[in-house]
Amino acid sequence: MKVNHYLEDKLLFFEITEELDHHVVERIRKRADYEIQRFMPKKVIFDFRRVGFMDSAGIGLIIGRYKTASLYGGSVELINVNEKVKKIFEMSGVLKIIPIVDDFSSEQTG
Amino acid sequence: MNKNNIKNEMKIEFSSKSANEAFARISVAAFASQLDPTIEEIADIKTSVSEAVTNSIIHAYPNKDGIVKLRATLLEDEIEIEVSDTGEGIENIEQAREPLFTTKGNLERSGMGFTIMENFMDKLKVESIVGLGTKVTMSKKIKNKSLENTY
Ligand SMILES: Nc1ncnc2c1ncn2[C@@H]1O[C@H](COP(=O)(O)OP(=O)(O)OP(=O)(O)O)[C@@H](O)[C@H]1O
Ligand SMILES: [Mg+2]
Repeated sequence: MKVNHYLEDKLLFFEITEELDHHVVERIRKRADYEIQRFMPKKVIFDFRRVGFMDSAGIGLIIGRYKTASLYGGSVELINVNEKVKKIFEMSGVLKIIPIVDDFSSEQTG
Repeated sequence: MNKNNIKNEMKIEFSSKSANEAFARISVAAFASQLDPTIEEIADIKTSVSEAVTNSIIHAYPNKDGIVKLRATLLEDEIEIEVSDTGEGIENIEQAREPLFTTKGNLERSGMGFTIMENFMDKLKVESIVGLGTKVTMSKKIKNKSLENTY
């Protein structure tokens, strides 16, 4: 997982670079929470560009980070989600609170 | 299932360690490739295996190591997968299969595992006895690409 902070807009950007299963989630969850608590972002963005595989553990990861971000008044959005992964998110109903947005340009904000 | 119809079969047993989740789904995917499945079908199989194996690792053996058994059978145009453990077992199977039902909400589980298996596979059977263990059997028809391409 790669982490980027965009100070001006209080935007925290996580690019997930591994297959999202229970094993991986256990490893990156704490790091994500640490960054959120430290930075207190207005918005957390998860980039799924490089996520070729995800199971239900990914749903738990995103909901958990949503809860952490909410404590500091932040929201969570997802970008570059492939069809398969999107279907899994859709089944869970989580997209109602954590939307998939079209794009995010770092030039604009950063 | 008629034994005569079996084309090929494999079995793996492994420790209930989370690092084996990827190993399990990749093994089944490699085995299933003999049926010449589509990328879509392989993705469905990988996700479903990951769900069943993760369930055994997390729920069957929450505080100890155990053995997870994985069996895959290739038929003419179908794959059948069995994931079993000798762990805690499920008290109420019907309830466990409901979307969003989880007994491990504190561990950030979403209760979507069985729902995903049901959606991505054609058939899903769950058998369990509390204190003895759980066996999940699922199957999926594979549309053979090369047969389609011969026309
Ligand atoms: N192999 C198993 N042994 C014991 N209990 C199980 C097993 N598999 C499932 N369960 C029980 O069934 C419930 C539902 O399983 P399901 O996979 O649908 O959701 P989950 O594992 O809790 O969450 P998720 O899969 O979304 O991370 C679990 O919470 C657990 O109580
Ligand atoms: Mg599960």
